Amino acid sequence: MTATASEAIADRVLRHPFFVDIDPTLVHAMVSKAEERSYDVGEMLVHEGRPAEEFFLVIEGKIALEVGAGDRPGITVETIEKGEILGWSWLVAPYRWRFDARASKPTKVIAINAAAARYALAAHPAFGYHFLMKLLPVIADRLENTRVQLLDIHGH
Amino acid sequence: MATDAIHPQTHSHGAGSGAAHPFAPRPFVVTARTQETPDTVTLRLAPKLSGDRLSFKGGQFNMVYVFGVGESAISISGDTTHPEELVHTVRAVGKVTNALAALTPGAVVGIRGPYGQGWPLDSARGRDVVIVAGGLGLPPLRPTLYEIFRHRESFGRVEIIYGARTPKDLVFAEEVRTWLQRSDLRIQITVDAAGRDWNGDVGVVTVRIPDARFDAPNTTAFVCGPEIMMKFTAQALAQRGVPTESIWLSMERNMKCALGFCGHCQYGPSFVCRDGPCLPYKTLAPLLAVKEV
Repeated sequence: MTATASEAIADRVLRHPFFVDIDPTLVHAMVSKAEERSYDVGEMLVHEGRPAEEFFLVIEGKIALEVGAGDRPGITVETIEKGEILGWSWLVAPYRWRFDARASKPTKVIAINAAAARYALAAHPAFGYHFLMKLLPVIADRLENTRVQLLDIHGH
Repeated sequence: MATDAIHPQTHSHGAGSGAAHPFAPRPFVVTARTQETPDTVTLRLAPKLSGDRLSFKGGQFNMVYVFGVGESAISISGDTTHPEELVHTVRAVGKVTNALAALTPGAVVGIRGPYGQGWPLDSARGRDVVIVAGGLGLPPLRPTLYEIFRHRESFGRVEIIYGARTPKDLVFAEEVRTWLQRSDLRIQITVDAAGRDWNGDVGVVTVRIPDARFDAPNTTAFVCGPEIMMKFTAQALAQRGVPTESIWLSMERNMKCALGFCGHCQYGPSFVCRDGPCLPYKTLAPLLAVKEV
């Protein structure tokens, strides 16, 4: 990737809501291997069980998170949209996706290389702490939403 | 108890009201039946007695009597400006509602009502309005939505969040599609789980609240759905900054007399049939935190 292309992506990453208040110099280290990608409706971004080698910042569109159900078609349990972040399996060993992700609308993302990101987090502990403190509420919200879903609130 | 001490809270008009005993149902004929979802139907009813009509306020309910089976409290889902036609949307979950859902045009039911305090729409004038409906919570809100549409200029931003278990559990699907075309309101529709034929949002209704467009301190919210859904929704609205006295929930309890006498629907200090079903979260919050009330 050229320096200019890398700068352009770093700029887009810094404008993503998840990264707005994170130190730009450290973001540059993290996104050295990032790239923009587009997905048509129905295209898969990740497959359950495969290595989680990247995570995604959603720039536009909608992504359906699906859970496999044996020989039945996947069931969508959550949708992720513009401004959100997709994926934390890349942070937790054994770094494999725990769900399928499929574009349910034409979607643009920035894919950030997981190994580069993990290296940046470890090399810059303050940055790593700040990053994880931003990711933790996202994970906590999704856990709470899953709990509410498990209550089957519309089934009462 | 002396019958002259009993006064229905809302006066109905025409034959069948007046000196009639408040427990005596008025005959209404089923004129149309629409299958909304596999277990939910909408019944359109017309008064059997000439000149009878039933004026109501959005959020009120009727006691609907299936002769020989029993009576059930059902919210009114029609248009307040058409008192000559009564509309009830019913999910078949028990003996009476199964019998109701099986009725076909020409069948006669008994109606007592309308009862209860409806949504306090006047308190929302000049403010942003958030309507949150879960599953069969949309029918009791529909009359109020019609009222808002008719007087759209009297309200600020209008946001509707409608959630259901799956796409096939969404009621009034055709009508909601027409609302989606309106530029003067915003609708978010979400389901708890879906197959690949659904390309809309998936997630519980509370997830949509942070993204909803309203000025929280200047917002009135009307919430209707299963109690557990209303509890989480009210918490999320309060967390966004909507004043708890401006968040209204439609409570459901075991209504029997519907006149505030028998006490079957008592909820803390309130009789849901008489003081509700629409009650402010400020009053309800402590009770919602208590199990088995």
